[in-house]
Amino acid sequence: MNRLPRIRADWLLALGLLLLCSISLLAALSASGGDMAQLQAQGNRWLIAVLVMVAVAQLPPTLLLRWSPYLYLAGLLLLIAVAVVGDVGKGAQRWLQVGPIRFQPSELMKLAVPMTIAWYFAERQLPPRLHELLVATLMILLPAGLIFRQPDLGTALLVSASGFIVIFLAGIRWRWIISTAVLAAAAAPLAWQRLHDYQRQRVLTFLSPESDPLGTGYHIIQSNIAIGSGGLFGKGFLNGTQSQLEFLPESATDFIFAVLAEEYGFIGILLLLATYSIIVSRSFFISATAQSTYGRLLCGSLTLTFVIYILVNIGMVSGLLPVVGVPLPLISYGGTSMMTLMIGFGLLMSIQSHRQMFYGESQ
Amino acid sequence: MVRTTIKDHQGERRLYRRRLLITLLLSLVGVSALIGRLHHLQITNHAHYQTLSRANRINLEPLPPTRGLIVDRFDRVLAENRSSLSLGIVPDQVPDLPDTLEQLAQMFGLTAEELDHFDSIRKQKRRFDRVPLKRWLSEEEAARFATQRHRFPGVDIQGTLYRHYPYAELTAHLLGYTSAINAKELAELERSVYRATHTIGKSGVERQFEATLHGQPGLQQVEVNARGRSLRVLEQQPPKSGQMLRLTLDLDVQRAATEALGDRRGAVVAIDATDGGILALVSTPSFNPNNFVRGISTNDYQALINSPNQPLYNRAIRGRYPPGSTIKPFLGFAGLTLQSGNAIHTTYCPGWFQLEGQSHKYRCWKRGGHGNLDLDMAIIRSCDVYFYRLASVLGIDAMHDFLAGFDFGRKTGIELPGENPGLNPSRAWKEAHFGVAWYPGESVINGIGQGFMLATPLQLATATAMLSRRNPGLRPTVVLDSATPSPPPAPAPAWDEDNWQQIVDAMEMVVSHPRGTAHILSTDLAYTMAAKTGTAQVFGIPQGEEYEEEELAERLKDHALFIAFAPVEDPRIAVAVVVENGGHGGSAAGPVARATLDAYLLPRLGL
Repeated sequence: MNRLPRIRADWLLALGLLLLCSISLLAALSASGGDMAQLQAQGNRWLIAVLVMVAVAQLPPTLLLRWSPYLYLAGLLLLIAVAVVGDVGKGAQRWLQVGPIRFQPSELMKLAVPMTIAWYFAERQLPPRLHELLVATLMILLPAGLIFRQPDLGTALLVSASGFIVIFLAGIRWRWIISTAVLAAAAAPLAWQRLHDYQRQRVLTFLSPESDPLGTGYHIIQSNIAIGSGGLFGKGFLNGTQSQLEFLPESATDFIFAVLAEEYGFIGILLLLATYSIIVSRSFFISATAQSTYGRLLCGSLTLTFVIYILVNIGMVSGLLPVVGVPLPLISYGGTSMMTLMIGFGLLMSIQSHRQMFYGESQ
Repeated sequence: MVRTTIKDHQGERRLYRRRLLITLLLSLVGVSALIGRLHHLQITNHAHYQTLSRANRINLEPLPPTRGLIVDRFDRVLAENRSSLSLGIVPDQVPDLPDTLEQLAQMFGLTAEELDHFDSIRKQKRRFDRVPLKRWLSEEEAARFATQRHRFPGVDIQGTLYRHYPYAELTAHLLGYTSAINAKELAELERSVYRATHTIGKSGVERQFEATLHGQPGLQQVEVNARGRSLRVLEQQPPKSGQMLRLTLDLDVQRAATEALGDRRGAVVAIDATDGGILALVSTPSFNPNNFVRGISTNDYQALINSPNQPLYNRAIRGRYPPGSTIKPFLGFAGLTLQSGNAIHTTYCPGWFQLEGQSHKYRCWKRGGHGNLDLDMAIIRSCDVYFYRLASVLGIDAMHDFLAGFDFGRKTGIELPGENPGLNPSRAWKEAHFGVAWYPGESVINGIGQGFMLATPLQLATATAMLSRRNPGLRPTVVLDSATPSPPPAPAPAWDEDNWQQIVDAMEMVVSHPRGTAHILSTDLAYTMAAKTGTAQVFGIPQGEEYEEEELAERLKDHALFIAFAPVEDPRIAVAVVVENGGHGGSAAGPVARATLDAYLLPRLGL
C-alpha cells in the first residue's frame, strides 16, 4: 500500500497553539481599538509562523544536532556585524539590514545558545565536570555580552537563561550552583555601575513606582489600574477605558496583558493561563520522554524559556517584577519574537515526532 | 583523544528527570505567585482600582517645544513662530455629529472639500481623538465661536505655533522651510522627542540645524473626565525651547544682491573673507516658504516643480556652471607657482590657437586677436589664447591638483543640505567615468573654464575669498558663532607671496585699467576692488560659424559670471555672481557684484 509522506507534528501541542492563536487575534483587536488591519497583520504573522514551525518539525534531530554549532557561530558573527554596522533604532543597536530584510541576530541566539550548549553536552558524560562547565559558560556569556552591549538587557538575560537552564538540566552539582549564586551576589554592585541610565531607572522605578509618576512609574501605575479595574469578568470587548483612552502605554506590545486583564477580567486571564498550561504541560512531557541527551536538554530549555517569558511579562505588567522589555509570548505584536518561539515549538515537535525512528537507531 | 568513558544513560535520564521536576515545581510556584497577585489586583482590591479607573483623571500630554528663532548677524528675525487657531472636534463627545457639522459649516462657511477632508481624517482616528476641522481661524472667527461655544459640546479651539518667514522669498533658499512630518521621516525620528511636534525642517538651515532648533518636549499631567476631556493641568514639566540660531547673513547685503539680480535667473554668494561667514546666498527665482508651512496645494506645488525657471532649485549651492574666464586668475596663479615648461611668458594672440600638428582652431573671444600680451594683460583683457597655451603647457593633472587647493571639485562643507561638489576634471576622473583617455584639446578648453569643468557659485565665492587673503584654510559657514577668523598671518607656503600679489594686482586692474573687462564698474567706486569676468558658453559653437547672440534662443545664451573681492588692501568680502543666459560677464553679472559689495562695504566704511 502506498503511504502518503507523513507530516510530522505534535497534535496536542498544535491544539494548544491554536487556542492561543485565537486569544492572540482577539487581543490584537482589543489593543488596536478594533482595527481590522491589525487583526489581519497579526493573522498573517501567525500563518507564516505556523508554516515555518511545521517545516522545522520535519527536520530530523540528528540534523539539528549537527547544525547547532554552525548556527551558533553564524549568530555570533552576525552579532559582531550588528555591533559594527547595525542600525540604531530607538537608541539601541539591534538590527541588521540585508537587502529588504531587517532582523535581530539576538533573536537567533535565543535558539542557537540552548541548541549549542545541548550539543556540547550531548556526547559528554553527565553530570558535567568543572572545565566543561567553564567552556559552556563562556559559550553563553559571549553572545549574551554582545547583546547586553547593544544595549538590550531583557534579551541578554533571556539568552543567558536559556543556556544556563541547559547546564542546570545537565545536572550541574549543587555546590557549583551555590558558589556561583554567592559570587553573583558579590558582583551585583559592580554590575549596577555598568547598567545604562534607563536600565537603572527601571529597577529604581520598580522598587518605588510612585517616586516617578510622570516617567517610568507611570506605566506600572496605569497598568495596575487597568488590571485591577477589570475585576472578575472584565469590562468587555473594547470597553477598557484604561487601554482605549490611552492611559496605558505600549498597549499593543509589552503591556498587552493589561489590556486583556482589563477587558476580560480574572476569568479571562485564568483562561489564558489555562491555554498556556496546555502548551507548557505538553512541552514538559515531550522533554521528559525525549530519548537523546541532546533532545532532552534542548526541549527542557525551550519549555522553561517559554515559561520564563510568561512569568516575567505578566510579573512585570502586574508590578511583581521590574520593567524589562519582554513581550507576552505569542500574544504581543512583533513578528520576530513570534517567529523565534514558533521555531522553538517546531524543534520540540521534531524531537517528539521522530521518536520511533530515533529509538530504532540508538538500540 | 578517544573518549573511553561510557555514558550511563539510565543514570543521566534519572538525573535529568529530577532536575526537570524541580523546574516544573518552580514554574508552579511562579504561576501561583502570579495568580495570587492578579487575584489581589482584580478581586481583593477591585473596588479600589475601579474607583481609580473611573476617576482616572490623570492623563499625560506631551507639550511641543517652541522652535528656535533664526536671526541674521544683526539680530533681525528671519524665521519666527506665530500662533494659529484651529477648530477641532472630538467625535466621541458630540451628541449629533452631522447636525453639529452642518451648523459649524454655516458658521464658518466651510466648503464641501473641507468637510470631506475632515471625514477622511476622522476615519483614520479613534472616536476620542481630536480631529481638526478648520485651521488658520481668524481672531474674529474664533471670537464668534467663543460666544456660541455652549451649543457645541466636544468642539474646541486650540492654538498651535507655526513657522513664519517674514522675508519670504528673500531668504527661502538659505533658510529652507518646515512642514508636516512625512511617513519616512517619522520612521527615522526619535519618537519621544517628536511626540508633540507635527512639523520638521525640510531644507536649508531649517533642515541642517533641526536638532538645534527643535528643542525638547515637555509633559503635563492633565485632569480629564471619564470621557477623556481635559479639565485642568495638574503638574507640568515645561518644554525646552530650541536654541536661537544666529546666521552670518547680512540681510541688507542679501536684499541688495537679490534686487540687483531682478527677475533674471541666477545666484549670488557673498562671503566674509576674514572668517568664511556667508553674507548673502541668493538664488533666483525664489519661492514663498510660508506656502509650504501652511500646506501647499498639489496644483501650486506642481506649478513650482514644473516651472522651467526651477524656483525650488538652490542655484547658489547646487547649480553647476562652467566657470568660464573666472578660472583664469587661478590658472595664472598655477602657472606662476608651477613654472613648468616656461608656462609664463609673453604670448602673441592672433585671435586663435592651434595645438601643434592639429588643424582645429581654438578661437579667442576677440576675433581680431589681442596681439602680444603678458600674464597681467591676459587677465585684465581676458585673452583666451594666452590661457589656451598656458593650459596646454601645464596639462590637465597639474591644473586639477592646483585647483583642488581652492576646493574646486569637492564640497566646501557648508552647513547646508544638498551641496554639489562641482567637477574638477583629471585624467583619472575621465578614465573612471568614460573609460577613455584624455585628449590634449580638452586641456586647452579647460584653460578658459570650459569643457568638463563645473563649479557652483558657492565654490567660486569660496575660492575667491581664499585667494583674496591667501588663506587656503578658509571654510564657508552660515552660523555666526562658528565663523572663526582665519589664523592671523594666513600662511600659505604653497602660495608664494610675490606670485599671489601679481595675480591680485592683475585682478585689481581688471576694474581699474581702462582696457579691463570690468572697467565699467570703476565709476564712482568708493573702495578698491579686484575682480574677474566670465562668460560661459552653454553649448559649443561649431567650427567656422559666427556667434550671433540675437539668433540664439534665450536658453542657449551664454551664462554671465563674475567674481570679486574688496577692498584690495584688506579684503573683507568676496563675491561670486552667476546670471544664467545673461550674456557677457562684465556687463550682466558685474553690476550685481558691485551692488552686493556696495551694500556691505559702504555702511562699514562710513560712506
